[in-house]
Amino acid sequence: MAIDVPVLSRWQQSDLWWSFQQRPSAVFAVVLLAVVILTSILAPWITPQNPYDLAALNLMNSELPPIWLDGGEYPYVLGTDVQGRDLYSAILYGSRTSLFIGALSVLLALSVGLTLGLIAGYYGGWVDNAIMRLGDVLLSMPFILIAILISAVAVQMLPSHLRESLTSLILVVAIAVPSWVQYARTVRASAMVEKGKEYVQAARLIRVKSWRILLHHILPNTLTPIMVAATLNFGLAILSEATLSFLGVGMPSDQPSLGTLIRIGNQYLFSGLWWVVLFPSIQLCLIVLSVNMIGDWLRDALNPKLR
Amino acid sequence: MSQLPLLEANALQRQYDVSAPWLNRVLERRPRQFLNAVAGVDFQLEKGQTLALVGESGCGKSTIAKLATGLQKPTGGEIVYRGDWNRVQMIFQDPFASLNPRWRVSSIISEPLRTLKPGLSRPDVARRVGELLETVGLSVADGSKYPHEFSGGQRQRISIARALAGEPEFLVCDEPTSALDVSVQAQILNLMKRLQFEFGLTYLFISHDLSVVRHMADTIAVMYLGKIVEIAPKQDLFDNPMHPYTRMLLDTIPDLQNPVRDRAAMTGEIPSPIDPPTGCSFHPRCPLASEHCLKETPVRSQEKFAGRVACFAV
Repeated sequence: MAIDVPVLSRWQQSDLWWSFQQRPSAVFAVVLLAVVILTSILAPWITPQNPYDLAALNLMNSELPPIWLDGGEYPYVLGTDVQGRDLYSAILYGSRTSLFIGALSVLLALSVGLTLGLIAGYYGGWVDNAIMRLGDVLLSMPFILIAILISAVAVQMLPSHLRESLTSLILVVAIAVPSWVQYARTVRASAMVEKGKEYVQAARLIRVKSWRILLHHILPNTLTPIMVAATLNFGLAILSEATLSFLGVGMPSDQPSLGTLIRIGNQYLFSGLWWVVLFPSIQLCLIVLSVNMIGDWLRDALNPKLR
Repeated sequence: MSQLPLLEANALQRQYDVSAPWLNRVLERRPRQFLNAVAGVDFQLEKGQTLALVGESGCGKSTIAKLATGLQKPTGGEIVYRGDWNRVQMIFQDPFASLNPRWRVSSIISEPLRTLKPGLSRPDVARRVGELLETVGLSVADGSKYPHEFSGGQRQRISIARALAGEPEFLVCDEPTSALDVSVQAQILNLMKRLQFEFGLTYLFISHDLSVVRHMADTIAVMYLGKIVEIAPKQDLFDNPMHPYTRMLLDTIPDLQNPVRDRAAMTGEIPSPIDPPTGCSFHPRCPLASEHCLKETPVRSQEKFAGRVACFAV
C-alpha cells in the first residue's frame, strides 16, 4: 500500500524503534504478549473443548494429570479439573476474559481520567478542586475495597437474568472507578504546564474554541506519560480482576477467568490436584510480566532524560 | 492629529492575586497579597507606528503585551483598541514554546486561516501557507516538517508566518529576538521591518535590549515596576534621556567610538512589585533621590515636558 510505506519507514527511523531493538527484554515481552493475545483470540479453533459448554464436559475425564505424568490422557495436555474441564482450553478462554476485562477497564479509566484531568488542569479553580478532591477520596480507600463494593452492590441490584451476561462489564467498571484518578492526576499536571505555553496562547489569540485547544493542542502533548501509565495499569487491571475473581466477587465458575481458575484450583490444592492452580497462575504471571516489561521499556524510551 | 490612535491605554492596571491558599492564610493569619504587575499605565499608539516598551525583567512589559492582545483583562483602567480584535496577533519570546511540537509547520501556519476563515477551501489554504512561508524566507517544502527540525531563528520565522496568516493590523511582539543569536536577531528584525512596511502593520514591541529597540521603534516607553517613567520619540530619548532610570539604562550600552572605561555599573535590584517602595518606586536606586521622592509618587503631567517624564528631580 502506498500510504503505509512512509509510515513504516518513519517508524523504523524513530527513537522508539531504535530503543526497542536495543532492549531484548522488550522484544521478548512483546513477542510473549502477542502469543498470549493471539492464542486467546484463536481459542475456539485451537482448543479441544469449550470450557463454558457444560455439555462438553465429561466427569469420566475429571482430575486427569498433565499428559507427561502417569494417567495423563490426550487431548488434555495440561490435565483436567474436578468437573472434567480441560485446563489448556480453560486457560486460553480464561486469558481471553482476563485480557478483555483488563483492556476494557483501562480504556474506561483512561477516557474518564483523560477527560476529567484535562478539564481540571485547563479550567482550574473550583472545577479542578471538585474533581481532584473526589479523586483524593477514592484514593484514600483501598483499591480492592472499592472494587468489591461496586461489584457486590451491582450484582445484588441487577435481576438474575441480566447478572450473568453483565458480570464482566460490572468488573470493568469496578476496576476502572478507583483507577481513573492516576490518569487524571498525570494529565492534569501536564495540562497545567501546557496551557501556560505560548502555542496555546497563540491559539487562544485566533479564537480557537476551548475544546479544540484541549483536544488538538494540549491532549497530544500530555499523552507520553499516559501511555506508560496505561500500559503498567493494564497489568494491574488484569491482576485486580484475578484478585476479585479469586475472592469470589468476580467471574462465576461457569465462565472462568484466570482468577476464577486459580480460586477453583486453590480449593483442590491439598487434594493433590496441583496442576489446576499452577498452570493458570503461570499464565497470569506471564501476561502481567510481559505487560510490565513493555511498560518499563516505554517509560525509559519516552523519558527524554534517559535518552 | 488627524485621527484617533489605534491603541490607547488609560490608567491601565493589572493585579495578580498571589495570596497563600485560604487554609494557610487563616492558620498563619496572613493577609491577602496582590502583585501589581501593571500599576497605572497610559500610552497611545498610532496606526503604522511602533511603540517599544523597555525595562528590566519583572517591570510589567509582558503583562502589557497580554493586556494589549486581550489574552488577559485589565483589573483597572482600560485598553481602547480601535480596530478588529480578530486582527491582533502576537509574536512570542520563546521560539521553542510558541510552536506546538506535535504539529507540522503547515498545520501551525494554517490554523489561523482555518479558524478565522472557515470558508477557505483546502487547496486555497495550502497555497496561502506556501506564500506565507516564502514571505518569511522559508521554503514551501518546510511546511511538511516538525518544529524541532528548525533553528531558533527559523522557528521565529514560522511564528511570524502564523501571525501573518491571521492578516493582522496590529502585532504585539514580546521580546521576539531575545532568545536568538545576535546575527540571527538582525535578520528577524529586518524581516519585521519589511513586513511592517509592506502590510502597514502597527507594532507594540517589547524588549529589554535598547539597541534592538533603537532599530525598531518610533516611540519608546521606559518602564519601571509597572509604571512608565519616561515616554518619548526614539531620537529624543536617545539624545536627551531625562529620567535618571533612562540615563542609567542608556549608560549600559557600550559605545565603540568613545568607550567609557570607568562606566558606572548598574546597581541594585528591581524591588518586589508585591511590596513596592513608598513614593517613587525608583528612589532606592536613584542618584537624585530626595525626601520628596520617598513620600510622593511622581506622575507624568502635561505641564512638565508635555507628559514625557515622571520624576521630581528633572
